[in-house]
Amino acid sequence: MNLFEYQGKRLYKDFSIPTPKSIFVSSISSISDNHDLNYPLVVKAQVQVGGRGKAGGIKVANNFKELIEYSNEILGMDIKGHIVESLLIEEASTIQEEYYISFTLDRSAKKYLMMLSSKGGMDIEEVAQNNPDDLIKIYISPSEGLNTEVVNKAIKDSKLNQDYNDELNDVISKLYNLFVESDCDLVEVNPLAITNKGVSALDSKVSLDMNAVYRHDNFIDIEKEIPIPVSEQFAKEKNLNFIKLDGTVGIIGNGAGLVMSTLDVVSEYGGKAANFLDIGGGAKAETVTAALEVLESEDNVKSVLINIFGGITRCDLVAEGIVEATKGKDLKWPIIVRLDGTNSKEGLAILQENSNEKITISSSMDDAAKLAVKGAN
Amino acid sequence: MSIFIDNETKVVVQGLTGEQGKFHALRNKAYGTKVVAGTRPGKGGETVEGIPIFNTVEDAIEETGANTAMTFVPPPFAKDAVLEAAYAGCELIVCITEGIPAKDEAEMYDLLKQKTSSRLLGPNCPGLISPGKSNVGIMPHEITMEGKVGVVSRSGTLTYQAVLELTNLNIGQSTCIGIGGDPVPGTSFIDVLDAFQNDIQTEAIVMIGEIGGSAEEEAAEFIKDNVTKPVVSYIAGLTAPPGKKMGHAGAIVSGNKGTASAKIEALTDAGANVVKNPTRIGQAIKDVI
Repeated sequence: MNLFEYQGKRLYKDFSIPTPKSIFVSSISSISDNHDLNYPLVVKAQVQVGGRGKAGGIKVANNFKELIEYSNEILGMDIKGHIVESLLIEEASTIQEEYYISFTLDRSAKKYLMMLSSKGGMDIEEVAQNNPDDLIKIYISPSEGLNTEVVNKAIKDSKLNQDYNDELNDVISKLYNLFVESDCDLVEVNPLAITNKGVSALDSKVSLDMNAVYRHDNFIDIEKEIPIPVSEQFAKEKNLNFIKLDGTVGIIGNGAGLVMSTLDVVSEYGGKAANFLDIGGGAKAETVTAALEVLESEDNVKSVLINIFGGITRCDLVAEGIVEATKGKDLKWPIIVRLDGTNSKEGLAILQENSNEKITISSSMDDAAKLAVKGAN
Repeated sequence: MSIFIDNETKVVVQGLTGEQGKFHALRNKAYGTKVVAGTRPGKGGETVEGIPIFNTVEDAIEETGANTAMTFVPPPFAKDAVLEAAYAGCELIVCITEGIPAKDEAEMYDLLKQKTSSRLLGPNCPGLISPGKSNVGIMPHEITMEGKVGVVSRSGTLTYQAVLELTNLNIGQSTCIGIGGDPVPGTSFIDVLDAFQNDIQTEAIVMIGEIGGSAEEEAAEFIKDNVTKPVVSYIAGLTAPPGKKMGHAGAIVSGNKGTASAKIEALTDAGANVVKNPTRIGQAIKDVI
């Protein structure tokens, strides 16, 4: 789960990572002259897309009048399709040096990776490509963790300002603690700056591993603050992995690989998927019913392809869910069902007993895709 | 021969008393797998459908000679369960559990490599089957048949699709393995390719990948230098929408790897026959054996 800057910075504060003093607002009326911040203040659009500065989403206000003026300008602004719904207003810093630091999991090394560069505040992907020596990579054993000596060496190797070694070491260690203890997929600070007030994390990109939600009560509160499209909201409540696309063939399948593959095969036969919908492993009948309900509310769907290969998922339960969702209904679109694997015989029998003229059973993935494409035309 | 499991495989099921664990362990047993024990702390001495339950894996091994663990325990306890099985001496641990935090997976992998010689398959994987010998996991055995093609995949359900395509053409399999799609899989494509290359029973290999990460590109490098048996491959996700990108660290790590076309190119370059549709896997294998 990708966080907004203000959410990441809240976590920074929890881990005593220095960031500028700030307030978070989502309406003009909540900005009063009564704040305890010192001008100049930076008004920052809270959007999850790069390039907000260039788009006019970051402005410096020198007094209350400007603060209101700029906040008015930025709230509601459209930045690359993202509407600005909230602002982070923070004290401006006098920047002396800008660094880059991130922690992430390197899947191929199967270790944590710390990347550190003295060339912060700019496009770090460009630095990595054109001046790879300016980006120090440190692999960290997940069971052993990060120690002070390693950090000191990394600070030295990446040519950060040695006068701030202790302070930098402290902040880097705290960022690592945040990364590990808060189950982050990513902690990235660009820039991590040396300012007139010392070392400060001026931006934040934090992504949380939602598999760890059971041990972090705050993940749920953070998640509630992140707006998601209405169509995805319902799917989310039902624990379905749903992504809206712009084609006409509605897709329901089990397992991300099989669903992706179904999209590919539909495309091969000249169709275009209306969505990606994975009911996951071990789905119950009500999961399948909910999946069909999600597609019912999608206007672009013209036919539906249900492609199930049972393993931990049982085809009889899938069939029960299809029957439950369609029984006695005048269906808007044809449904093509393909069931294979665990309990597929039982599943097919259930569908045959409850036959519906709009539902076609297909014996192979290829044929099912062809029929679904035809049904959508 | 087959790889990783055979007639000598004796399975202890961690989480046998749960709904999923029981359903699939009994299916494995009905198939002929030697499911010799289950564990559940505090339930030692009980039985599930005739399978004895022990408090610890160590007890189960001592009493039954189990050499393989199959784990169904929920995510909060999965890391400890896998480590328990490894420290008790299981040679192979098949972790079916889905939804384990990435940090737990990374720590678990690190400790297994440092302190044990156990092989972990998964987490979040469908397990493996050597048709006619043993089925450890949740794969539907009905679609398999014994033979000489090794199948390896990151995706569970796509593994089944590939196996069905082979069986429909009367082509049997030596071992079918799902390595799982989680961030830190215990067993990689390379581990499995290496084992298939050295397995006498296996004459050709099916490798199924998907977008994201760089595991397929690394496998392609390995195939180029080490695999002489024919490889047929399929990569899912050619038309998948690009994921929501966050930060730059991920992009720097993966470089230009990760897309379906990059993977297809790498595998083709390594000499694999990459088919564009999973339903063509069977025919492509038929052409090379």
